[in-house]
Amino acid sequence: MSFIKYLIQRLIYAFLVLIVISFLIFMIVQLPRGDAVDRIVNARQAQGDIITEEDEAALRAQYGLDKPVFVQYFIWAAQFARGNMGQSMLGIPVSDLINERIAATMLLSIISLVATYALAVPIGIFSATRQYSLGDYFWTFVGFIGLATPNFLLALILLFLFHKFFGLSIGGLFSPGVEDQPWSLAKALDLINHLWIPIIVIVTAQTAGTIRTMRATLLDELGQQYVITARAKGVRYRRLLFKYPVRLALNPIVNSVGYILPRLISGQTIVAIVMNLPTLGPLLFSALLAEDVELATSILMIQSILAVIGVILGDIMLSVYDPRIRMEKGVT
Amino acid sequence: MTPDALLEVKDLHTYFELEEGTLKAVNGVSFTIRKNRTLGIVGESGCGKSVTAQSIMRITPKKNSSMRGQILLHHESGAVDVAQLDEDGDEMRDLRGRDIAMIFQEPMTAFSPVHTVGNQIMEALFVHGERDKRAARKRVIALLDEVGIPAPERRIDEYPFQLSGGMRQRSMIAMAIILNPRLLIADEPTTALDVTIQAQILRLMKRLQRDNGMAIMFITHDLGVIANMADDVAVMYLGKIVEYGTSRQIFNDPKHPYTKGLLRSIPKFGTTIGKHLATIKGTVPVPLDPPDACPFANRCAEFIAGACDVRMPAAVAVAPGHSVNCVLYE
Amino acid sequence: MNSGISAAEERYYIASQQQLIWRRFRRHRLALISVVVLVIMYFLAFTYEIWTPYRAVTQHQGFVNTPPTPIHFFDADGNFVGPFVYGLKYELNLDTFERIYTEDTETIHRINFFTRGEPYRFWGRIAMDWHFFDAGEGKVFLLGSDQLGRDVFSRIFAASRISLTIGLVGVFLSFFLGATLGGISGYYGGAVDIVIMRLTEILSAIPQIPLWIALAAIVPIDWPVTRTYFAITIILSTMTWTGLARAVRAKLLEMREHDYIMAAKIAGASDIRIIYDHLLPGYISFLIVNITIAIPGMILGETALSFLGLGIRPPAVSWGTLLEGAQNISNIALYPWLLTPALFVIATVLLFNFVGDGLRDAADPFKEL
Repeated sequence: MSFIKYLIQRLIYAFLVLIVISFLIFMIVQLPRGDAVDRIVNARQAQGDIITEEDEAALRAQYGLDKPVFVQYFIWAAQFARGNMGQSMLGIPVSDLINERIAATMLLSIISLVATYALAVPIGIFSATRQYSLGDYFWTFVGFIGLATPNFLLALILLFLFHKFFGLSIGGLFSPGVEDQPWSLAKALDLINHLWIPIIVIVTAQTAGTIRTMRATLLDELGQQYVITARAKGVRYRRLLFKYPVRLALNPIVNSVGYILPRLISGQTIVAIVMNLPTLGPLLFSALLAEDVELATSILMIQSILAVIGVILGDIMLSVYDPRIRMEKGVT
Repeated sequence: MTPDALLEVKDLHTYFELEEGTLKAVNGVSFTIRKNRTLGIVGESGCGKSVTAQSIMRITPKKNSSMRGQILLHHESGAVDVAQLDEDGDEMRDLRGRDIAMIFQEPMTAFSPVHTVGNQIMEALFVHGERDKRAARKRVIALLDEVGIPAPERRIDEYPFQLSGGMRQRSMIAMAIILNPRLLIADEPTTALDVTIQAQILRLMKRLQRDNGMAIMFITHDLGVIANMADDVAVMYLGKIVEYGTSRQIFNDPKHPYTKGLLRSIPKFGTTIGKHLATIKGTVPVPLDPPDACPFANRCAEFIAGACDVRMPAAVAVAPGHSVNCVLYE
Repeated sequence: MNSGISAAEERYYIASQQQLIWRRFRRHRLALISVVVLVIMYFLAFTYEIWTPYRAVTQHQGFVNTPPTPIHFFDADGNFVGPFVYGLKYELNLDTFERIYTEDTETIHRINFFTRGEPYRFWGRIAMDWHFFDAGEGKVFLLGSDQLGRDVFSRIFAASRISLTIGLVGVFLSFFLGATLGGISGYYGGAVDIVIMRLTEILSAIPQIPLWIALAAIVPIDWPVTRTYFAITIILSTMTWTGLARAVRAKLLEMREHDYIMAAKIAGASDIRIIYDHLLPGYISFLIVNITIAIPGMILGETALSFLGLGIRPPAVSWGTLLEGAQNISNIALYPWLLTPALFVIATVLLFNFVGDGLRDAADPFKEL
């Protein structure tokens, strides 16, 4: 019962956060660029339509643009909340454009997240338990390089190497022509073939950071008194290691889902632009360059919603995983 | 060898290599723990008493520590030199918990915060061969009851942070004695507790010793507790034992200037009113590359230049079973 | 102390906090070397006009996309000449319309050091023509030239002025924001604290790079270089200050609770004295560590924005804008030297990370005995 209460609390909080974010995004994207009516008028005039002042005023009233900023915001937010994201300048509903790409975005994010942990946790444990060994130095070095290389550069370098040594073009998620085919084993394999390089690029920096966190917290935990207690009981080292310090060192890692997901979504953006992936990032970029305000606002909102979901997920997972927080929150 | 000796420590040295030099935490310590008896080790913080205990358990941090000397654990069939065992080997692991168990000062940090108390106590049974989970649980509940924890069948499933300090220390004692060890090492077990709880825990330990017939090595800086608990007392200073004797000898007839100083610094009811409490001047130095001399020399009121600071005085027997390392008695 | 205390022990006892920090930092040889290298890099960045043979914007007619110029010491007959370059000949490959450059071993151009060459304005103001080196009548492109015939080496050096400083300026800006707001939050507590902390949480939930792109896209294209520079700095700071604010607040709360502060208060120390003698030393080392750790993120952010064409804009150069030319894979395949600015980005970030790591370890002198 109290778990549900906690969940509802978190959801309400997340909702409030999203409202503030949506206002910020509205201010950043829509306000500096004039209003939608100007653009519609410009576009129609370009097509040769004749638009009178009255028409313009009527349009303005229709879109609520004759009203103060706050009212405009509420009109926009109410529309957005109902799933009406407006029209893109491409003449296609924004929701259609986003729907096309949201699956790929989420697929990439989730695989990247899983890959980050699958790599970082074992390497972190290895590095901490063999501190100052050759292997530890190796991974520390790799981690430093991973943190220092902007991921779009890594993408460029990998694209270049594949181009040079295999003559392959590995941009996009499918080989040319495959995307429109119905789903089949061949299409799935083609996807996997294209997927792993962007995944490597996206997870590198995040994995490097997570390895360092895991290593540092585990080293910290290894020095704790309860480790000595367990040794004094005669517990075998390996068993002890995984039961106590690793378990505790995973706490911050479990919680880190909350900030790693936003970072993965963020980091994806430029990689996707460079590698021409059909995710939201490149769409946002072109929308901003083309001043396609409706589209850009919606994409930023969707990305923020995904990120906030990540934060909630992190909180809930930690509260399930750590009894101290579970009790404190009354989650049973 | 004393006929009822259980553990004999001979010339034990435990060093830590630090950037600043070699820290000689334990620097040539010898003593004997007898069956069913309590040896108190007393000294200020940093004198090496905890490291001595960790050396016996072979749980010193291995990265930068080194150890030499003998630690003989006597069985009916003979003696094992614990110092020679592989600290990660099966033999040493089997010995921990079963022959020698240990309780620690900070019952909060000594338990993992994310495992139930019962889980952590039962683990001691499981690593030493118990297979039957239900039997183990029953045994732990009975033991929790024995160490005075109310509602043990509920407490067993609680987490350490849900228990009070006294409860945690009782649980820790239960965890240590569950395999009926022959030697229980208690490293400042009551320091973190309130005085009333302290008394309860000490009574509990005495009762368990009587019922189970185990020896106790009791480490503390609190002379009052030592007087209450110990049969024999070793006074440690800067990695060395400076005086050794029965509790009566140490308290009634202290010989070493350091022991005398320690005893003078205990407030006595009625006699110290209106006076300043006696203190020992200076602080305990850090034993980094210490010179081969009496460690107490630089704080001693009876310091003799040319004698105290040139060599380590040998142990001198001043009475049967009472020895002191001091130039004054040589 | 009359006897029995060793010199080692004495060192152990009387070390001040600064000494302990310095002693620990010295142990991180890598961090120490990194500091030295970074100082040199900043020095070069501040005086790059002198060290480069050409101006960053000079387009060398007929030297488009030349590979790095080899430096020779012996001429074609094996005689020692000292450092020199050959003149370049090129022919057009009629299939690909690529220029193929070959060395003309007939013409030898010696490398001149501390020489007068192409005139320039130091920091855009003082007219000068001194160069550390050039090749006289010949051309020396240590890292090749780009598609407009500009010297990549000179451009990288010129770009370092913006790329290296934008991180510093940005960090100080976000630090000012973070330390002020975090300080207010930690000092006053209550409602102010809640509002500020919620704000940082909200901001850190927005994906950073999309937000940066959105903000940078507002910056008008026709703004002058310095204004764009500061606009980009502010944009980069919008997200970075939150982490610093949280850290500052946590540190303040933690320090307020410390026993030694209480001890000083009881001993009758005045507030000012407490702040100067006890809070500030611990605080400053904490600040330095956090500043150092935050700089790489700024540098990477600038590079990313400029790479997308949303950051620093031509004619100004930063490492990011130089990489814009490397967006096209076939370009990289043909002219791999266009990627060299990336090495400078990676190296700089790496150096800052080494320093940050060393400082972080050192600032915690009581971590282990």
